[in-house]
Amino acid sequence: MAEMRYREALGAALREELERDERVVLMGEDIGVFGGAFKVTEGLLEQFGERRVRDTPISENTIVGVGIGAAMTGLRPVVELMTINFALLAFDQIVNHAAHIRYMFGGQAKVPLVVRMPQGAGHQLGPTHSHCLEAMFLHVPGLLVAVPATPADAKGMLKTAIRDENPVIFIEHEALYGTRGEVPDGEDELVHFGQARVARSGGDVTIVGISRMALTAERAAETLAAEHGVQAEVIDPRTLRPLDLDTILDSVKRTNRCVIVEEGWPHGGVGANLAALICEQAFDHLDAPVQRVTGADVPMPYSKPLEDVAYPHEAQVVHGALAALGVTETAR
Amino acid sequence: MAVLPPTAQSREWLQTMTLIRRFEERAGEMYARARVGGFLHLSIGEEATIVGSARALRDEDYLISTYRSHGHALVRGTPPEKVMAELFGRVDGLCRGRGGSMHMFDGERRFMGGYGIVGGNLPIAAGIALASDYGGRDDVTLCTFGDGASNQGTFGETLNLAALWQLPVLFMVTNNQFGMGTALGRHSAVTDLRRKGESLGVPGLRCDGMDVAETFEVIDGALARVREERRPLLVEAVTYRFRGHSMADPEQYRSKEEVARWRERDPIVTFGARLVDEGVLTQQDLDGIDAEAVARVDAAVAFAEASPLPQPDSLYDDVYVLDDEVRGWYSAHADDQREALGAAAAALGPEAALSANSEIPQQLTDALAVGEDAADQQTEAL
Repeated sequence: MAEMRYREALGAALREELERDERVVLMGEDIGVFGGAFKVTEGLLEQFGERRVRDTPISENTIVGVGIGAAMTGLRPVVELMTINFALLAFDQIVNHAAHIRYMFGGQAKVPLVVRMPQGAGHQLGPTHSHCLEAMFLHVPGLLVAVPATPADAKGMLKTAIRDENPVIFIEHEALYGTRGEVPDGEDELVHFGQARVARSGGDVTIVGISRMALTAERAAETLAAEHGVQAEVIDPRTLRPLDLDTILDSVKRTNRCVIVEEGWPHGGVGANLAALICEQAFDHLDAPVQRVTGADVPMPYSKPLEDVAYPHEAQVVHGALAALGVTETAR
Repeated sequence: MAVLPPTAQSREWLQTMTLIRRFEERAGEMYARARVGGFLHLSIGEEATIVGSARALRDEDYLISTYRSHGHALVRGTPPEKVMAELFGRVDGLCRGRGGSMHMFDGERRFMGGYGIVGGNLPIAAGIALASDYGGRDDVTLCTFGDGASNQGTFGETLNLAALWQLPVLFMVTNNQFGMGTALGRHSAVTDLRRKGESLGVPGLRCDGMDVAETFEVIDGALARVREERRPLLVEAVTYRFRGHSMADPEQYRSKEEVARWRERDPIVTFGARLVDEGVLTQQDLDGIDAEAVARVDAAVAFAEASPLPQPDSLYDDVYVLDDEVRGWYSAHADDQREALGAAAAALGPEAALSANSEIPQQLTDALAVGEDAADQQTEAL
């Protein structure tokens, strides 16, 4: 084990995979000379050279398409998009091409491509640089969607993504890059997809937290225990496709109450989808409606006090959990 | 006039262009009879651009094209049976009935696919070329697209990136004069399409896309440069699509006279006539080549008719490369879905899949009723 930051863990995963597999190639805007907009790729150009660490023009759709073509013919490209918002420029290549090529060509081709991108609010970047759009990618069959919340998962999951045979949308979080955590040593320490992380055990209510919200949910759980005597079980699905629904359902069947926390918009969101699955498959176990705590249904505003209330914080999660328990905060 | 290749090669070019023509005419008939669903984009009139360019490729070179791609599969040697069965949506189709007309693919023969999104294949072509370059191989990628695609963002983005990275890709814009129903001069400010790459660092050439020998000559020279100099080039192949954009196209955007003028330059008729004039083949040879193509297409239709429709429980096949790591991607459990699919199929009966196509022929009928020359188009005079 070594303590490292989330961004260092990602960088370590890239370095190890570049060393392990000659087919791995990195492409992206400012990932080389500049060292990456969030410094994830710092030092990699110097170590691996221009052939394997490639600065690209600002052409998101084409960068992803180049990754697809290279993946179809034997490489393992890892494309970095500077933020998830810019991925919308590449939606044609991601959805119509990366996700569908294997199916529409009858299984003759595969696209082992990773598209990395950070998301998230908190830096006053306004409506075009702050959103959480994992639900848009979750919607698409053919993609895998990873949302690591800890340094250990960032490293172990990125390595899994690079080794996977399918296109993986790997969604990092801007606010997490500087966070620290223990990361297992060893280049084959993988975190397999489709296995949720149970961040905290508890029998009173299940809280599912997506991306950064897994950490927000953990903090809320500590508050619930300390101030309300409520033991929450906190689950971080880690991948949305594949989804470890079994772990979530098992928990809900024990706690009979569930709160889903995400930073993205409420309509058609990850929580909407997950709430539907829970209702379909564990309805008889629920003692209360599934609660959702989501980002506000607005474009992200710039001004700090507005931005602060536009995405969930610990207090809203506590409120949501108490609502699921039928406890009003004034009555505590 | 471009020189003719040796007799065997000339004959093969004519054979392949004729096969593509006869194949597509029959595909159109099968569409009218509701054996083929969806959209059907025919390349009738453009055969010289397909054969002339693809024959300049080595076997290990890559070819990637658009939704008008039956000919690109056939020219690389994909059996017509597999292409026709794909149009019929059968299990023995080239893509097992998953892609249809717009999405052919034969990786074994390095035909890297037909793509349904205009301009979608350009970046993928650059990626394929990157992998060749990265692997130290000298194979090149031929990327074909239409004049309409030259207005897409991917055109500018990909040409720039390919030039910047010195990728061995030859971009061929098949200028058939229309982006769907919008004439070149109405959709592109620069109509001299070979020049459209200049500001992006990609020099351009032009060839007469109605002349297979000239197309071959120009593409062959361009591919040699791309292979040698490790940088992209753009070739504009000037041609004309005799049929509508797709089968559901009343063709109100062009005159019958214009179509007739271009038909006088039919690439198959003119090449056949030249071969006879120059004593390479006899009229009897031409008749034989045509009869052979028709027989190949007959066999393809028979094969497609005999091939089973896909089983409903194969619906989820090949969405992912499945291994132990990938599970839980269905909204509910996969087994439940498969059971439900089985029940649905039983309720619908075996003809369900065919009747699902029944709306298309009506559209087609409407379209053909508008286009008065529809009957003429059913059989192309060779």
